[in-house]
Amino acid sequence: MNLLHFLSGRLVKGVLVLFAIAVLNFFLIRAAPGDPAQVLAGEAGAADAQLLEQLRQRFGLNEPITTQLWIYIKGYMTFDLGFSYRQQQPVLSLVLDRLPATLLLTGAAFVVSLALGIVMGALAARRAGRWSDSLITTLSLVFYATPLFWIALMSQIVFSLKLGLVPNVGYETIGANNTGLARALDIGHHLILPALTLGLFFTALYARMMRASMLEVAGADFVKTARAKGLSPGIVSRRHVARNAILPVVTLAGLQAGQLVGGAVLTETVFAWPGIGRLMFDALVQRDYSVLLGVFFMSSAMVVGFNILTDLVYRIADPRIEAGA
Amino acid sequence: MTSSAFRRHLAVTTALAAFALAPSMAPAQTPNTGGSIHVVVQPEPPMLMQGLNQNGPTNMVAGNIYESLLRYDEKLNPKPSLAKSWEISPDSKVYTFKLQDGVTWHDGKPFTADDVVFSLDKFLREVHPRWRPIANSQVEKIEKIDDLTVKITLKQPFGPLILSQEVGGAPMIPKHIYDGTDYRANPANNTPIGTGPFKFKEWKKGSYIHLVKNENYWQKGKPNLDEIYWEIIPDAAARAVAYETGKIDVLTGGSVDVYDVARLSKLPNSCVTTKGWEMFAPHAWLTPNIAKGGPLANKQFRQGMMFAIDREFGKDVVWGGLGKLPTGPISSKTKFYSADVPKYSYDVAKAKELIKASGYKGEPIKLLALPYGEVWSRWAEAIKQNLTDAGVNVSIETTDVPGWTQKASNGDFDMTFNYLYQLGDPATGVARNYISTNIVKGNPFGNQGAYVNPEVDKLFADAATAPSDSARQELYTKVQKILADDVPVLWQLEMDFPTIYRCNVKNLVNSAIGVNDGFRDAWKE
Repeated sequence: MNLLHFLSGRLVKGVLVLFAIAVLNFFLIRAAPGDPAQVLAGEAGAADAQLLEQLRQRFGLNEPITTQLWIYIKGYMTFDLGFSYRQQQPVLSLVLDRLPATLLLTGAAFVVSLALGIVMGALAARRAGRWSDSLITTLSLVFYATPLFWIALMSQIVFSLKLGLVPNVGYETIGANNTGLARALDIGHHLILPALTLGLFFTALYARMMRASMLEVAGADFVKTARAKGLSPGIVSRRHVARNAILPVVTLAGLQAGQLVGGAVLTETVFAWPGIGRLMFDALVQRDYSVLLGVFFMSSAMVVGFNILTDLVYRIADPRIEAGA
Repeated sequence: MTSSAFRRHLAVTTALAAFALAPSMAPAQTPNTGGSIHVVVQPEPPMLMQGLNQNGPTNMVAGNIYESLLRYDEKLNPKPSLAKSWEISPDSKVYTFKLQDGVTWHDGKPFTADDVVFSLDKFLREVHPRWRPIANSQVEKIEKIDDLTVKITLKQPFGPLILSQEVGGAPMIPKHIYDGTDYRANPANNTPIGTGPFKFKEWKKGSYIHLVKNENYWQKGKPNLDEIYWEIIPDAAARAVAYETGKIDVLTGGSVDVYDVARLSKLPNSCVTTKGWEMFAPHAWLTPNIAKGGPLANKQFRQGMMFAIDREFGKDVVWGGLGKLPTGPISSKTKFYSADVPKYSYDVAKAKELIKASGYKGEPIKLLALPYGEVWSRWAEAIKQNLTDAGVNVSIETTDVPGWTQKASNGDFDMTFNYLYQLGDPATGVARNYISTNIVKGNPFGNQGAYVNPEVDKLFADAATAPSDSARQELYTKVQKILADDVPVLWQLEMDFPTIYRCNVKNLVNSAIGVNDGFRDAWKE
């Protein structure tokens, strides 16, 4: 099966899946109690029937549900993600506004956790049974099991409050008016805690997966053969074991990459990071349907896209795999 | 820290704050000019156009951008703002406001009586849920006399009118920007234009709102500060850490968990005040759904529940000693409060007796908790325990904010928590919860328990339009007595939302709406 054929097949399926998700999302969020007008009025501490009526009309909630669905689908067909009347902005601009912060956070966490996880996992596997293996295994178990928000808050208390090393919240120093390199450094400084906190969980996952997978492959016949023909342990480990052991890690990385745009609600909330995860969570609490649907759609598109990409990476990592088979 | 020690501490710090604020006593401390202030706003407001949105966070930020005719001191006495002076006719039906000279909008256009008439007669009448009922049922006409004079003529005397001109209740809106447009779709909503001491500069959604000094502010020499940054930090514990690390100067009321208040106020250079909420006087209670019939419709049963609940425990333990026990529907901070009412102490034996006498047979009652954070959940648990001790079969029902709003709005509950602002005057902020004409679906601020008492209806109606304060007091004293005996809702707490701030921030809170009146007079040492 050639690549082009594979890709077009997957893309068509992807679009169908996205359509189904979009329709499902639409009904799912309307099943939740309350609506955006009621929430907005409810927050004001005073409301009357006329205000609710004005808001409902503004939000387009007076239309029959089928009309609302049609307007929504029609918009998405023309790449119009709708308008948030609560925030008085097009959904697309709200999402794009938050995208850089989210990509920076999830991207940094992704790279850090992948690199650290693979190296730690490979190291642990090579020293299986020794103290360094136990250390790595224990650490990854701890990071895997500890709730993210607890690590987040504790790291704020230790590294920001007690040691004063890094800022505890925010994307950059508010009011500093930095530009250029100074701004980049400032953002980097703010990025350290959230990226590490978010990355730790995945580091643990990758390390455990890589270790287990390496140990499994290490016992395979072709590894024995490689060793028998006199290759050094380093080369065997890198070229024969690691390359074969990396497939499950790629699968997991593909899953994580699919969530890059969805943001990380918890991390973004605790660190006041202005990303998409918070945009989505706020929209959920406010029943801001159009924003919620927009973020859902973008995230599901990312997941579908990265699934296709993961399949392609499989082929590179292991040419024996017939993609799409 | 024990609660009484905390109260002492609170008393000391508030006394100090009062000292600093009293102009006659302060040894001529000249305010510094310049500097920026970082303040927490929680949650992020939906918009800053105060005429169209009155959410708590909106009011906090927008009170710097917009202004109204009047301000109010902590005793709720009117003070000049955009109105330089005002006169009330002897028959209490005509209010004449003289406007300040030389006021301009942030875009440079002059502010005149035309703007006032447009705001009160057109814009707010159409969109503002608090001004609309006053404008529609009490106001005869609003007219411009000259560029700097506006006359409001009432259909009948309406005492609360003088308290209705707070900036959240009646902000002045620029006519030249809004007249003839679709208000809610006006693109200017994203770049609010007011007359206030600070101008809107930038809103980085999810991060901060930046306001800068209005160089052409009508009150010469004000404001003292150059910049305000309203920072959006969604997690309460992270807000507390941000304050401790010095990133934040002011934690506005309710922005940290109650159990953090005592700890944060003990830090060096940390001050706390409960002032600045006198106009709102948030009053918390449990609303039994009388419309559902059964035990909740029985007065004896409701009285029994009042005796069963250890309200003192709720205040001291759940709320960390913040607030005061209410005696009835009207807060002690609100006008026309009367303490001459039947009282309810914590008395389980009496509670059991009343509940038994009411004929209660163990019907299950669901208590709908308010989804506003940990403290409300703990409070629901404490009250559940109290009621269970008195033999009431209670379970707790939880939901999220939109879910609560919907249930409370539609009467879909057995008994729910609620708390509401009293807005200074019982006619605007209290009557709405007890009069039978306000048994409405669609919002949670009416008479949600569907209490009906024609005598109460009449007393509230007469009191709103009675010609003099003494006549009003007499009627409100009477109605408070009746309500306290009837227990249409179970009053729990006059809430305090302390503002925590760096002590080098001066003159932060100086009116009945506190930080909502903006940082016009605030300065940094």
